[in-house]
Amino acid sequence: MYNLEEYSAKVMEHYQNPRNVGEIENPSGEGTVGNPACGDVMKLTIKVENGRIVDAKFKTFGCGAAIATSSMVTEMVKGKTIEEALHISNKTVAEALDGLPKIKMHCSVLAEDALKAAIEDYRKKTDGKENKAQKD
Amino acid sequence: MKIIYMDHNATTPLDAEVLEAMMPYLTDKFGNPSSSTHAYGWEARRAVDEARSQVAGLIGAHPEEIIFTSGATEADNLAIKGVAHAYRDRGNHIITSQIEHKAVLETCKFLEKEGFKVTYIPVDRYGMVDPEEVRRAITDKTILISIMFVNSEVGTIEPVEKIGEIAREKGVLFHSDAVQGAGKIETKVDKLKADLLSISGHKMYGPKGIGALYMKKGVKIEPLLHGGGHERGLRAGTENVPGIIGLGKACQKAGKVMKAEAIRLTKLRNRLYQGVMKRIKRVYLNGHSEKRLPGNLNLSFEFVEGESLILSLKDFAISSGSACTSSSLKSSYVLLAMKVQEALSHCSLRICLGRSNTEDEVDYLVEELSKNVARLREMSPLYKEV
Repeated sequence: MYNLEEYSAKVMEHYQNPRNVGEIENPSGEGTVGNPACGDVMKLTIKVENGRIVDAKFKTFGCGAAIATSSMVTEMVKGKTIEEALHISNKTVAEALDGLPKIKMHCSVLAEDALKAAIEDYRKKTDGKENKAQKD
Repeated sequence: MKIIYMDHNATTPLDAEVLEAMMPYLTDKFGNPSSSTHAYGWEARRAVDEARSQVAGLIGAHPEEIIFTSGATEADNLAIKGVAHAYRDRGNHIITSQIEHKAVLETCKFLEKEGFKVTYIPVDRYGMVDPEEVRRAITDKTILISIMFVNSEVGTIEPVEKIGEIAREKGVLFHSDAVQGAGKIETKVDKLKADLLSISGHKMYGPKGIGALYMKKGVKIEPLLHGGGHERGLRAGTENVPGIIGLGKACQKAGKVMKAEAIRLTKLRNRLYQGVMKRIKRVYLNGHSEKRLPGNLNLSFEFVEGESLILSLKDFAISSGSACTSSSLKSSYVLLAMKVQEALSHCSLRICLGRSNTEDEVDYLVEELSKNVARLREMSPLYKEV
């Protein structure tokens, strides 16, 4: 069984005061994942400058864990290079929130998937050019 | 601040008078009703007999038609397995509905493994069983129909009298899980034409761990528990005397206050519903608008996932049919059987008002709902796309 009491203080704090809610206008990349019929949808927009994510915003339809992981992932990606951001996994997001109830781990996958989708969208838009710029 | 309890379909607090009635049987009056040789046993027996009359009184039965059980789950099991096993020479077919409590559904599934055939009647969008569909499902092998009186999630009151009438006409036994109706709205076995009926203590301000099965005179069942011949040999085990006294008292009190309380709760629930509908757009009622348990309201707030909404209503104890609040990660099977859109099933909130709730509490909930639904919609990627 699972109950709401299992949420860590950090999850609750992020749920109550989510960071970076909204949408970036003309984002460098955006990713929307999930399905309303499954109970969660997350839209992540990122702004990339010189190969670095300088801003990230989210909108999420989902449970407390989905909202908290969305908020946390936007915090985590800010200031990271694309390469660094790709190392963020659902596990590292969950760890940053002091863990999630086992049954809620799939919610953190939503955050990882949205991040990957946003990065992929960014790469498509820049046609790989930004990546090279970053390596130079 | 105390958290405002609005989950009375899950359980109810123990009534103070019920506790008072139980106390002596948890302390000095500890006798075993089977002890026929001394006064400890006699007083316990008398008390159990009185409680049996009180339970029978609430549902219009004879005291000897009441079997005390550990709760409604056991009562449902005893009724369904008991009838199936006692009448298996007559047939192997059982009819029930898709929205029954798990105590009925899982019992039926278990019997399927034993070779019984079960028809699960679908419901309409209001959660209502069509009696004619029950009639059409009856075959010459049908031995039992089990349809609940009131659905616990959406509060729909089923047309049980009509189903009972059809069962009687066809000579099929009829069981009803009346857990959510008994003690809240009139629940009389002759009017409902029930041959068997399950009730529970803790849903009507009585204690947990006690329930009862009404079984009409002449009906046979095979017991689940064998032992010392308690409850006319149908439910062995030393009686849960304090629980039985509590159930009796809870039934007696419910009988007294039920009518006025049903009127008060209907008003209170309508105040809540109207308040929500006035303040918040795109809210959908799950269940029937009139044939509904007085205190029950089940609403879907579009674009807002149910668990996240409940988390934001931290001054209230309420529940949701959302997959995210269940350990199975599936939406409520009741809402799905009613063909509520899956997206909306995740957005449902079940509010069940009871004796303690006031107008002020309801108004405060409307206020909090309106504030938090707006906040969460602002955060929802689905909202802007409309």
